[in-house]
This record gives sequence, structure tokens and C-alpha cells, in this order.
Amino acid sequence: MTSPAPIAEPHKTPRPDPAAVPALSIDSVSHAYGPRRALTDVSFNVQPASFTALLGLNGAGKSTLFSLITRLFGIQTGRVGIFGHDVSKSPGEALRLLGVVFQPRTLDLDLSLTQNLLYHAALHGISRREAATRSAELLGRIGLEDRAGSKVRDLSGGQMRRLEIARALLHRPRLLLLDEPTVGLDVKARADIISHVRQLVTEQGIGVLWATHLFDEIMPSDDLVVLHQGKVLARGPMNRVITEAGALDVNTAFMRLTGAQVMPGGGA
Amino acid sequence: MSSITTRDVPRGFTAAEYMTCLTGIVWREGLRFLHQRERFVSALVRPLVWLFIFAAGFRQVLGISIIPPYETYILYEVFIAPGLMAMIQLFNGMQSSLSMVYDREMGNMRTLLVSPLPRGFLLFCKLLAGTAVSLLQVYAFLIIAWFWDITPPPIGYLTVLPALILSGLMLGSLGMLISSGIKQLENFAGVMNFVIFPMFFASSALYPLWRVQEGSPYLYYVCQANPFTHAVELIRFALYGQINWISLAVVGACTIVFMIGAIFAYDPSRGLARRGPAGGEG
Repeated sequence: MTSPAPIAEPHKTPRPDPAAVPALSIDSVSHAYGPRRALTDVSFNVQPASFTALLGLNGAGKSTLFSLITRLFGIQTGRVGIFGHDVSKSPGEALRLLGVVFQPRTLDLDLSLTQNLLYHAALHGISRREAATRSAELLGRIGLEDRAGSKVRDLSGGQMRRLEIARALLHRPRLLLLDEPTVGLDVKARADIISHVRQLVTEQGIGVLWATHLFDEIMPSDDLVVLHQGKVLARGPMNRVITEAGALDVNTAFMRLTGAQVMPGGGA
Repeated sequence: MSSITTRDVPRGFTAAEYMTCLTGIVWREGLRFLHQRERFVSALVRPLVWLFIFAAGFRQVLGISIIPPYETYILYEVFIAPGLMAMIQLFNGMQSSLSMVYDREMGNMRTLLVSPLPRGFLLFCKLLAGTAVSLLQVYAFLIIAWFWDITPPPIGYLTVLPALILSGLMLGSLGMLISSGIKQLENFAGVMNFVIFPMFFASSALYPLWRVQEGSPYLYYVCQANPFTHAVELIRFALYGQINWISLAVVGACTIVFMIGAIFAYDPSRGLARRGPAGGEG
């Protein structure tokens, strides 16, 4: 015993070819609440180190899809894989690689920033000492290290979102899901969060699925999935989706695809 | 963070990871409890009102003969103390379980359930954390009751602990089973009327069962079949360093049945999804 072995050493799954395995694969997923169909035959992939925007109006099925990926709901038909791990069959392995920021705030308002992070770390079985180190590091990264002991209640909306993103990264996931993370934030806070997440993609190679209905959050280099009334209407690189819709911008493309009335100001 | 290059993941979880998760959930529940002083005060006031007012008024009406585990004539206050301890746990179990269903809508349960550990284990931890909170309430009650001449043997404070953990788990699981399975009992008023009051009054919490039998044999059978009666008796005997084996068996069996049922019912893929997406999502 010259050096301590990594904890993960004794039981590893066979390593898939990283280039071939998408960070997230949604394969023919359908879901219904009783007679009401929420998702119909949805398929798309999110590649590692890519930013995929899931574009859809409210009620398009984005949150249902998120509930299925996070195994909050059981998958009725189809398959969801995270780096090749089936969410239904091996949820433990799949969820270890997944970080999520839900649309509603899910922080404990009366606990401190650090306490919130430590709780999340414990849920992932990360030891207290390691969790404290990582929390301090992540709080520094989002510029809230001097607020570590304050109650979350005293933070601004943008700060809470940054904390939620930091929390989602605490267990070092390789795939990050964000469900309309900028809703209710001011322009500055929105820009900060978008650039932070894009940095994670380029610097750390994290695959990101970003659900939104705000067109101005999407960049030409992004992959796009257009979800409407539970169906995928278009998917692929943004430019291709726009061209194939016979449009010049994402706004018009979305309108053509869905037949929806798009309101001025970049939102749907 | 950028040092991670492998996509290999450990299969399964180590015992240390399970323990970290369990202590983390209990720790967070404790912290939240400390921040909710009103909840603590109201949890204490309720049994104390029964003890100071109801019991004082009733002690002349109801004579208690010598029944096990008591070895001498006792005051009515002494008799109902275990029932009030169980009542604290009953309220706490229902409240914390309702908040789990409510929490799910608030999004807090999402944070819990996105943990990679097995869902059944996560829910068990949550129930245990709720029980831990009820223990704080019960011991605070016991301290105040001591000044009111409810003085069980010192060892009783220790021997009652396992009984309280078991009864707390049973009542918490029952609350979770009820709040997951019965849509009509979504608010606390409904649970009070249809669960808490019937369970509390049709039990041995306020009167010895032989008294009930004299009054109404049918009610006696109902009380005997009530798991809450056995929680009360388990606590009553344990507080005096004794074990009521029948109550232990009933409470133990009910805990297992309720907990399995609760975990099964809570699973959103097995029935709860019928309600549609929680929290008005689309």
C-alpha cells in the first residue's frame, strides 16, 4: 500500500467509449397522466460538452420530461439513459452523473448557504470533510464565499439560482439539467447565470440541457430541441433547425414549426 | 473539478455512503425543527393542556385501580402521561408526513429524491428523521411532567427510548401511507377528524381498557384492534422498565406493514402519477 486507492476502484462498470455514449439519451419516451398525453414518442440526445436548448412553451411537456429523467415519475414507455446507464434499471449509477436545477426553488430558506450544500452532499453520500471542502470551493466560484453562513432567505433571486447551480455541481455530475433557470431574474442576473453555465460546458466538458421559452438565451452554436404539445417538432444544430424551417431566426422558426403566436420581446 | 475525466461510476453504494446520507437527512430535519420554534411550542402545549387541565379535572371522576405496570395506586396524571407521549408522536407523525406530500409540491422532496441512493432508503431516512424530532418533543414533555410529579424510575427514561423510536416510526409510516394514498386527507383538519381523534380516543391513552370493557364491549374490541393502543401500552411499560410483548409484536408488525405500504404508495410511478404533475408544472 504505497498510495491510497480511489474509493471507486473496487467496483467499476465497463467503460463505454466516451465518444459514442451521449450524456443524455431520450429514446421514444411517451408519458400520459390518465387519458391526457403529456409526451408522445420523444427522442433526442445531449452530447457531452454541449449546450442543448429545450425550447417549448409552458405546458409543452418540459417539466414532465425532467421528472422522468430524474426518476421522480416512472417511465411508462421508452428509455432514458445517462451516459449509457438506464434510469429505470440502474438509477443509482445514472443519478450519480446527473445534476439538476428545478424550476421551483428547492433551497431550505432558513438554513445557511453552507448547510444547504452540506445537506445535498450528504444525500450523495459525500463525507462531511470532503463536502466542506467542495462547498467552500464552489461558494468561492459563484462569489458568495463571504455569505457562507447567512440564511438563504437573505439572498437575492439571482444569488439563489447561482447557489442552486453550485449545489447541483457538488457531486461533480457530467450532465446538468436546468428547467427554466432564469425565470423571474433581472437582466444582469440572467446574463451571469447563462455565462456561468456556458463556461461549465467549455471548461469542464459538462453536457447541459437547458429548458427555456426565451429565445434570446440560445446561441447559434447550440443544439436545439423544439418541444410542442409533447412532441419533438425539430432537433439538431440551431442553424440547421432554422434553415429547415425556412426561417431567418429562431423566433420565426419556432413560430413556423408550432404555429404559435410569438409575442414581441423574444419570449413565447 | 475539471480533473474528472472518467465516466466510470461506482456500482452500488458503500455502507459509509448510506450512513452519511442518513445522518445528513436527520441533521437537516433537526436544523429545520430548531428554526420552527412555534412548531415546538405548540407540540408541547397540546399535551401539557391535557395534563394540567384535563387530567386535573378528571382525577376525581376516574379512579384507577392497580394495573400493570404500576405497582401502587397512581394519580390520573401519571396514568395518562404515556398516552400523551404517544399523542405527541401521533401529531408529529401526521404533520411531518403531510409535509412530505406537501414538500413534494414545494420542491423539497425533489431535492431528496434526486439523490442516487435507493428511494426506499431515502424515505426510511425521512421517517427516522421525523421520529428523531418527535423524541425531542417527548423528552421535553417528560422534563416538564417531572415537575408535575410524574416521576418514573430513572432507568425508565432510557428504556422508553427504543419504544418511542418504534412507535414514532409506526405513526410516521401510517401518516405517510394515509397522506400518499387518500387524496381527500390532504389537509390537517381532515387528518385530525378522521385519523387523529378516532385513534386517540379509541385507545388506552385516556382510560384503562378494563374500564372501557365495562362500558361497551364493542368499543373495547375496537380499542384492542387500534395500533395506537399498543403504541401507548408499549411506551407505558417501557417507561417502567418493562416490556409488553403483545404490544411490541403489534407495533413491530404494524411498523413493517405501514412502512412497506407507505414506500410503495409514495412511489410516484405506482399510482401517484395518476394525480398528474405536482405543483402545476406542464
